[in-house]
Amino acid sequence: MAVVTDTEQGHHARPRGWSRWLAATNHKDIGTLYLWFSFTMFLTGGVMALGIRAELFQPGLQFWQPDLFNQLTTLHGLIMVFGAIMPAFTGMANWLLPLMIGAPDMAFARMNNWSFWLLPPAALLLIVSFAVPGGAASAGWTLYAPLSTQMGMGMDLTIFAIHIMGISSIMGSINIIVTILNLRAPGMTLMKMPMFAWASLITAYLIIAVMPVLAGVVTMVLTDRHFGTHFFNAAGGGDPVLYQHVFWFFGHPEVYIMALPAFGIVSHILPTFARKPLFGYASMVYATSSIALLSFMVWAHHMFTTGMPATAQLFFMYATMLIAVPTGVKVFNWIATLWQGSISFETPMLFAIGFVCLFTVGGLSGVTLSVAAVDIQLQDSYYVVAHFHYVLVAGALFSLFAAVYYWFPKMSGRMYSERLGKLHFWWSLVWFNVTFFPMHFLGLAGMPRRIPDYALQFTSFNEIASVGAFCFGLGQLIFLYNILWSLRRGDPAPAKPWEGADTLEWQLPSPAPYHSFVEAPELEVGENGAIRGMKGGVHH
Amino acid sequence: MSLLRAFMVGLTVASTGAHAVQLNLPAPVTEIARDVYDLHTLLLVITAAIFVVVFAVMFYSLFRHRKAAGHKARLFHENTTVEVIWTVIPFLILVGMAWPATRVILDQKSTRGEDMTIKVTGYQWKWRYDYLDEKVGFMSHLATPRTAIENGSAKGDHYLLEVDEPLVVPTGKKVRLLLTANDVIHAWWVPALGIKQDAIPGFVRDTWFKVDQPGIYRGQCAELCGKDHGFMPIVVDARAPADYEQWLAAKKAAAAAGAGDPDKVWSLADLMARGEKAYLQNCVACHQANGKGIPGAFPSLVGTPMVTGDLAAHIDIVLHGSKKNPAMAAWGPQLSDTDLAAIITYERNAWGNNTGQLVQPKDIRAARGGKG
Repeated sequence: MAVVTDTEQGHHARPRGWSRWLAATNHKDIGTLYLWFSFTMFLTGGVMALGIRAELFQPGLQFWQPDLFNQLTTLHGLIMVFGAIMPAFTGMANWLLPLMIGAPDMAFARMNNWSFWLLPPAALLLIVSFAVPGGAASAGWTLYAPLSTQMGMGMDLTIFAIHIMGISSIMGSINIIVTILNLRAPGMTLMKMPMFAWASLITAYLIIAVMPVLAGVVTMVLTDRHFGTHFFNAAGGGDPVLYQHVFWFFGHPEVYIMALPAFGIVSHILPTFARKPLFGYASMVYATSSIALLSFMVWAHHMFTTGMPATAQLFFMYATMLIAVPTGVKVFNWIATLWQGSISFETPMLFAIGFVCLFTVGGLSGVTLSVAAVDIQLQDSYYVVAHFHYVLVAGALFSLFAAVYYWFPKMSGRMYSERLGKLHFWWSLVWFNVTFFPMHFLGLAGMPRRIPDYALQFTSFNEIASVGAFCFGLGQLIFLYNILWSLRRGDPAPAKPWEGADTLEWQLPSPAPYHSFVEAPELEVGENGAIRGMKGGVHH
Repeated sequence: MSLLRAFMVGLTVASTGAHAVQLNLPAPVTEIARDVYDLHTLLLVITAAIFVVVFAVMFYSLFRHRKAAGHKARLFHENTTVEVIWTVIPFLILVGMAWPATRVILDQKSTRGEDMTIKVTGYQWKWRYDYLDEKVGFMSHLATPRTAIENGSAKGDHYLLEVDEPLVVPTGKKVRLLLTANDVIHAWWVPALGIKQDAIPGFVRDTWFKVDQPGIYRGQCAELCGKDHGFMPIVVDARAPADYEQWLAAKKAAAAAGAGDPDKVWSLADLMARGEKAYLQNCVACHQANGKGIPGAFPSLVGTPMVTGDLAAHIDIVLHGSKKNPAMAAWGPQLSDTDLAAIITYERNAWGNNTGQLVQPKDIRAARGGKG
């Protein structure tokens, strides 16, 4: 455990100024860049969400014309999925994987730099597209053809941005896979790796499998738009529904790309604060893998109203219902982890518990939607909007908050304010539910999604949802303030601030040395990456 | 089951002040909608029960096994028996859900044995209904005035869910719908009937319903189809078979009378009046009431070469659509010669364009190639 200080000034020197960030190759710096970028995108997409909720506060058109409203819903979705959630998980993986498995850095440090720096230009393209003639893309984040062949050049910018972000996440995934498979310290075998490493590994394979599919389908839209092809134009022998098949072959695994890393994070935090090992480690690994495999077989459950034959409706319904089994196993394992523990409720734990409860609500409404007969009634209604925000906000986003609070001491060397953290949690929990729970009722009562104006019987719940959304959005400033304040004024963090934490990163001092594990340590590891003994390990 | 349904419908429509707040699916009026309603109730009960049981255990643990209460951790971390149990039990519950669901799906898909067939075509942003056996067909537009949407006038009870011409169907008859679309994908959704079906350009899909009770049932387009996706409602007016026959006869008589004399020569004032009305129904969504369009997306018709220059090119783009911009639809198949003549005349003379040019129905017929 000795920390050896190296005076050599070669490639281990710590770069300063702007070049530290622009030319970054250190996984911690790149992780930090990813996290700040995704938080900026989270606020950008959040402002768009508030624009949507402002318009929907009352019936009638108040703020935006319908075309701009559609641009807001489209860009809100694209920015949150590709700009906020996916880069945030990649950022977490960059920061944590080398620390968790005893690697000196990510396997391809320069490619790592490139995969991050592709993202800001892509985000810029999306934001600039509001200002081009015809405005931003307004076909919804799913960009269904043939509607997406009608738009102005904002759609071309969006397609280009998706290409760039796709390349970025594929490179990020290659890095994650190679790092995990090749750079584990001696003793860190695959079936002892921390769950976050497992989740990141499986997610990376999903990304490599499906991002090219998305790139392909938007390219087909591009050639339909400009080069006279007719992939999605029935008049030329194409099929509009083909777009949906290809898109959702990407789109459903994408849902798990945004959920599996969250499962990994929660599988660290619950054991730590229950002071007990994760229950059913092996079955967690198998459950995660089977969810990933099943996710390739269920895409058409997004298309029950396109009019597939009954046999196809039945196949995709049964396959979708099946996903509830491994997902249920995970939830039961988490609860068994808490059972007979010695539980304390620091902020990361609160967010993790909130995640388990609310993600399960989203999962149960997902089971309801999987039943094709009922889905036909609810598809494209606000019920679906409620469902996927329970999965993505209370799921992915809450897990990310939990992760930031949990690892903040290791990243920054300082403690966050527990008081503000708890306030942030309770505030978010309450207003999240005020915003999204009523949307179940709106959907059941017949309100379609993606409309700028609605019939009068939907007024009350839309008012409630809008108030909730503004309060929820405002509450995120508590988080920002807490982080900024704690970075400068927080109490110094010990190497292991959490009594029950046992993975490798907590063996390092806080903040983690700039170059950690330059020489790999020899590890004695238990399940879920628990460190029982460690020899060697050199840091600079 | 029907008692439970009546209870659920009553329970979940709580009246608060001006608007009834509806918490559940609307009261079903077809067999399929009833099946879907009951299926949803079943799923709701099962999932709610799972949630309560599972989280009762979790919150019990969070409370009893607190560190603050002095609880010491017991370090077990696996138990094959319980892991098998909680894999098998959810699987069995899912089989229990899938069984009734399968029957309803097969019913939804059995479109055979219909009493009548109506073709439904989605347009940006209106619906067209063609009664295939009766040679009756009409467009159905949003009837809510633009001023109400822009908060310039009061909103009626059926704000945004009212149309000029509803789909009239007889009760007790199996109505088969054939759905397609003219431009992009739309979806025909009437919650009380329990059906939603995408209308896909270039393809025909079908679905069916049989309404028990006369009444007016409202719905909307459910698939994002562009700018005015939120403004293309669906109204189904179910009438007793005798009333339906009466409506059908009146509709046929009106269609015969409305065709009029194809060779009539119209005055500018008459064409302008008819043109304004038709423009406001068909063109206003993109080109706007002031003719200025939306810069970058929809071209202006005020003083631009298309409406002040070559008349043949103007007629051509309205009849056949734009080759460069797919948003400009071909209106030839949708509108009559008289309406097209009126719209083009209106566009060439309104908003200060004042070309003084008239287009007569026979000019349109000639542009179509003389067949009309």
